[in-house]
Amino acid sequence: MLAFIIRRLLQSVLVMLTVGFIAFSLFNFVGDPVSLMLPPEATQADRDEVRKSLGLDQPFYVQFGTFLGNAVQGNFGISLRLGRPVSQLLAERLPATLELAMTAAVFGLLVGIPMGVYTALKRDKWTSKVLLTGSLVGVSLPNFLIGIFLILIFAVWLGWLPSFGRGETTAIGFWTTGFLTTEGLKAIILPAITLGFYPITLIMRLVRAEMLEVLRTDYIKFARARGLTNNAVHFGHALKNTLVPVITITGLQLGAIIAFAIITETVFQWPGMGLLFIQAVQFADIPVMAAYLCLIGFIFVVVNLVVDLLYFAVDPRLRVERSGSGGH
Amino acid sequence: MTTPLLEVRNLRVQFPTRRGLLTAVDDVSLTIAPGEVLGVVGESGAGKSLTGAAIIGLLEPPGRIASGEILLNGRRIDNLSAEEFRKIRGREIGAIFQDPLTSLNPLYTIGRQITETILTHLNVTPDEAKQRAIDLLNEVGIPAADKRIDHYPHQFSGGMRQRVVISLALAAQPKLIIADEPTTALDVSIQAQIITLLKKLCREHGTSVMLVTHDMGVIAETADRVAVMYAGRIAEIGPVAEVIHHPQHPYTVGLMGAIPNLGEEVERLTQIDGSMPRLNAIPTGCAFNPRCTRKGEVGARCTTERPSLMNAGKTQAACWLYSEGAATNTTNTPQSVAA
Repeated sequence: MLAFIIRRLLQSVLVMLTVGFIAFSLFNFVGDPVSLMLPPEATQADRDEVRKSLGLDQPFYVQFGTFLGNAVQGNFGISLRLGRPVSQLLAERLPATLELAMTAAVFGLLVGIPMGVYTALKRDKWTSKVLLTGSLVGVSLPNFLIGIFLILIFAVWLGWLPSFGRGETTAIGFWTTGFLTTEGLKAIILPAITLGFYPITLIMRLVRAEMLEVLRTDYIKFARARGLTNNAVHFGHALKNTLVPVITITGLQLGAIIAFAIITETVFQWPGMGLLFIQAVQFADIPVMAAYLCLIGFIFVVVNLVVDLLYFAVDPRLRVERSGSGGH
Repeated sequence: MTTPLLEVRNLRVQFPTRRGLLTAVDDVSLTIAPGEVLGVVGESGAGKSLTGAAIIGLLEPPGRIASGEILLNGRRIDNLSAEEFRKIRGREIGAIFQDPLTSLNPLYTIGRQITETILTHLNVTPDEAKQRAIDLLNEVGIPAADKRIDHYPHQFSGGMRQRVVISLALAAQPKLIIADEPTTALDVSIQAQIITLLKKLCREHGTSVMLVTHDMGVIAETADRVAVMYAGRIAEIGPVAEVIHHPQHPYTVGLMGAIPNLGEEVERLTQIDGSMPRLNAIPTGCAFNPRCTRKGEVGARCTTERPSLMNAGKTQAACWLYSEGAATNTTNTPQSVAA
């Protein structure tokens, strides 16, 4: 178990190094930052001076080392567009994105799992068939279109919910939350549904397929033969056996949700990291893009690590205990 | 005669398919007395497992009981609601399935699975249920039961798991256990242990057993009576020693002739020509008639009219050879297999 965690941590470090390298390469790909920073009429001497002060005259690996060293300390430089430290910008935007992503993920699980179980247990009911067909729409409709439809219906026609922004937020230390005000809660509904729509349909179809598989197994038949109640059989025995693949997909989806938030945040003008990133791309604001890339990479790595650890919690067969084996 | 614990009357199990109804169990009647072990043998597809599944109400759709009655202690159970039947399963009729490796949920400790069953059916506290689970595990011969109770199924060997499965089947003290091929998936050396254990426990608890298997050795060792099934019907039913040593139905005769006997020099084992008919092609009359070596003896009846169970020697056989008017009667029994 410990060896497994250490191995996974080392792998994670490797992944982060790779991501860091790609982020670092951005600086060189998008052109010479010196020419971006200085006015066109600057002299060659000025250029050399700036180059030296920024450490850009150093060999590539020294530059990469410095970049990594700074990145580990959370220092990604100054935003070219806003002229403020990137880490500060991201820290301001992070709560908005994480709150949105978490709400969408929880929403996806709370709706997706019961719908998956329902469609598996009541396979022949027309409601199941409607849900299944509906889920196909969810899988195939692009995110922004769903967002625009929702805005049209609930914000424009019905006028129930705001169409953009985060509403009123409350600051708790560095974290700003929208969960404490009615305005904030109302504002998160539409973007969370938009972002959670794909995970819902995915989780529902996955849970359904896994449930159907598990319901055919001998231990479910045996559980019925023992006279357990339907609830105990379906939720106690069957559902838990479907969880391992569901955890995997949900974990990957959580990463994808945070990354996909770019589109949803743009549609709803949600003041999160995704919106910041889109604006950075338009302005070729390299430090922000690089930092965003590293942060998303980091979130993916952490989520995957957590997923791997959850397997151990769910499936006893993975826990290596040699104490009790024996018998015949 | 005492009232039977289980009585199955004219049970018929059918599967609707695209090409019409298939009758997998056809007009099966049998009884099991309290404490009795009834063996049910037959080839694959003879309908023996389905009969068991019908009795515990676990026929998988689209299979269904088309007609007939199942009575437990004189009370009809085949027409109960799903919820009523659930209360009978485990409490009054227990079940043991073929593969102990897959019968237990891998994600829960065996203790949890046993106490769960006890708590579902008996009115006891969780602590009492746990104590009872430990007692059960001791009883089925699991060493250090108080520690092993917290172990997961994968930490047990196949034989040990089947012991756990037996303890689960007995958890709520059912009066009848349907054991569907309980030893087929096990190592030969462990089969005997499990059969001995099952026999001992059922004798001690006074539990009746319907033992479904294709292994005549297991039947000979365990059962009091045996029913031989062929193409969804009972071909012969009677006391186990009679059926084995003095089989009456030509199919049973062939079946017994196909069993090798240690300590006896036999050049070739006899074999029954042909194979069991498919469910959509069961011949009229006696289902066994195309393969029967003696069908000429009683005229055309074998191919036109279906025989019901008739007294034949000390058993009952579904064969026209034993009808009242048949010329050849029990005096001229088919050659019995040497004892």
